[in-house]
Amino acid sequence: MQLEASRKPLTLQLKVGLAIVGAIVLLGLLAPWVAPHPWDTISMRTRFLAPNATYWFGTDEYGRDVLSRLLMGTRLSLAMGVGATAISLAIGVPIGLASGYFRGWVDEALMRSADVLMAVPPIMLGLLFLAVTPPALWKTALAVGLVYIPQIARLTRSVTLSLAGEDFIQAAKARAETATYILFREILPNAWPPLIVEASLRVSYAILLGSALSFLGLGAQPPSSDWGLMIAEARSFLDRAPWIALAPGAAMCLLVIGINLLGDGARERLDPRLKSRVAT
Amino acid sequence: MAAYVVRRVILIALVLVAVSILVFAITTLLPANVAYLILGPFAQPEQVHALEHKLGLNDPVWLQYLRWAGAFLKGDLGESTLMNRPVAPLVFEALGHSLLLAGVSFVLVAVIGIGLGVVAALRHGRALDHTVSIATYLGIAVPEFFWAIIIIVVFAAWLGWLPASGYEPLSAGFSAWAKPLIAPVMTLVFGHLAHVSRLTRSSMIEVMQSPYVMAARAKGLPERVVVLHHALRNALLPAITVLALDFGRLMGGIVVVETIFAYPGLGRLVVFSIQNRDLPTLQAAILVVAAIYALANLVADLLYAFLNPKIRFGDAA
Repeated sequence: MQLEASRKPLTLQLKVGLAIVGAIVLLGLLAPWVAPHPWDTISMRTRFLAPNATYWFGTDEYGRDVLSRLLMGTRLSLAMGVGATAISLAIGVPIGLASGYFRGWVDEALMRSADVLMAVPPIMLGLLFLAVTPPALWKTALAVGLVYIPQIARLTRSVTLSLAGEDFIQAAKARAETATYILFREILPNAWPPLIVEASLRVSYAILLGSALSFLGLGAQPPSSDWGLMIAEARSFLDRAPWIALAPGAAMCLLVIGINLLGDGARERLDPRLKSRVAT
Repeated sequence: MAAYVVRRVILIALVLVAVSILVFAITTLLPANVAYLILGPFAQPEQVHALEHKLGLNDPVWLQYLRWAGAFLKGDLGESTLMNRPVAPLVFEALGHSLLLAGVSFVLVAVIGIGLGVVAALRHGRALDHTVSIATYLGIAVPEFFWAIIIIVVFAAWLGWLPASGYEPLSAGFSAWAKPLIAPVMTLVFGHLAHVSRLTRSSMIEVMQSPYVMAARAKGLPERVVVLHHALRNALLPAITVLALDFGRLMGGIVVVETIFAYPGLGRLVVFSIQNRDLPTLQAAILVVAAIYALANLVADLLYAFLNPKIRFGDAA
């Protein structure tokens, strides 16, 4: 199936998605070298400059270059999205595998716990996790990762359920392989394609939730140039310097659109029967 | 069907009990010392001990939980440590404000979302359809707080039509009351339109190609009747389920929107109580939101079961 897929030409959706995400990742990696100005140098003489030839996206209330801050913030957003999703996968995948393979009370216990986590809106759950400690960006990423465990676990479970009846699993059982071997060496490799697609889409959810939490003050702290925090700080100056907020907001939208195009494109490629994602 | 409903309701009740344990467990971990918070920085150690004893803070955690949950069920949500007021009226007043915001937005999301979806489906493959598709793709990508910023920049800072924040009681007059509501409602509607309209579009396209719609057309029925009476009814089934879920999502969305627009609802109360370490308020507010969210999910499930004959008449699993 994968071999077949790789021979198909890339769709426009995938190409655009790849271009956007690729460009943003590259800019993020190269940020310290491509940023035209220092991102954290305060200069009272250059406060609130509108976008111009020197400062393409203008300057903020401390006279810092918005473009340079934006570029440095790219790294934080990408790290938030990838880090949080890695946490969801690391915990959610084993849970889903166990739930779908062992069935019975294991399944019941794990899935009812997932129901509990899913009974609170994601942002409230994130706030609840973060309410107990002084804010830091890595804690926000951890909280976002925890929030999205149930979704990953459920998907893994349903994939596992559909694979558990296959002949090669029966064969492995007949060979008296251990459950760990069957779960991680037989089922997991076959479950990866849908999981990777889902994970890539989860990255955009994680970025949005993480920046919302940063925006509410429960993430990155000043003088960090996290996009959510940049927008939060720019709120007081919307009437005279809207560019400080609009630049990171637009960047975030572009990144999320890129990731969604990539994820949706990959999903259709792997499983043409599924239409693009409509609801979560 | 009845058995199914009862089972679902019991399940939701159990889930909410578990959520309350989760909320209690996490908030009990808060490093802030409640007695110290109430008495202020100049409290003597003996006073702190006495109050801790009075509040039962030295009891085992499970006993504290049972006491808290028991009082909660009797309607006593505790006392706000910050404002020295009972939490219950505080939370319910905020809940009223939030329900107003979420309710108005919900109706608009439903009407506009379904409308857009139907129009896009009927113009399937044409320019209007593509415009709606691209717009909804954007709608999913733009986070709520950025919608809010755009709306403030355009309508408050630039055009000067709307106030950037605030809330007025209805007693101040209808327009004074309605005006500050417009911006937050717009934010919520833009942020939530996409799901409903995309789903309506795809199910409408599917239904319009089905044999029974062809039959209705072959009978010579006017297109309006075919669309409204034959196609839309079936196409709405998935949209209605997603709408019920959307109400839950709106309750999550209010956190950010209320904070930005300084709207005195539950979301802002949650953020406010976290910033000020006001535990009883935080616990109560989150539980109330979880209850509404869970109810919305329950309604979504029941509606789906009720509207789908396969489940309604089958052996309800």
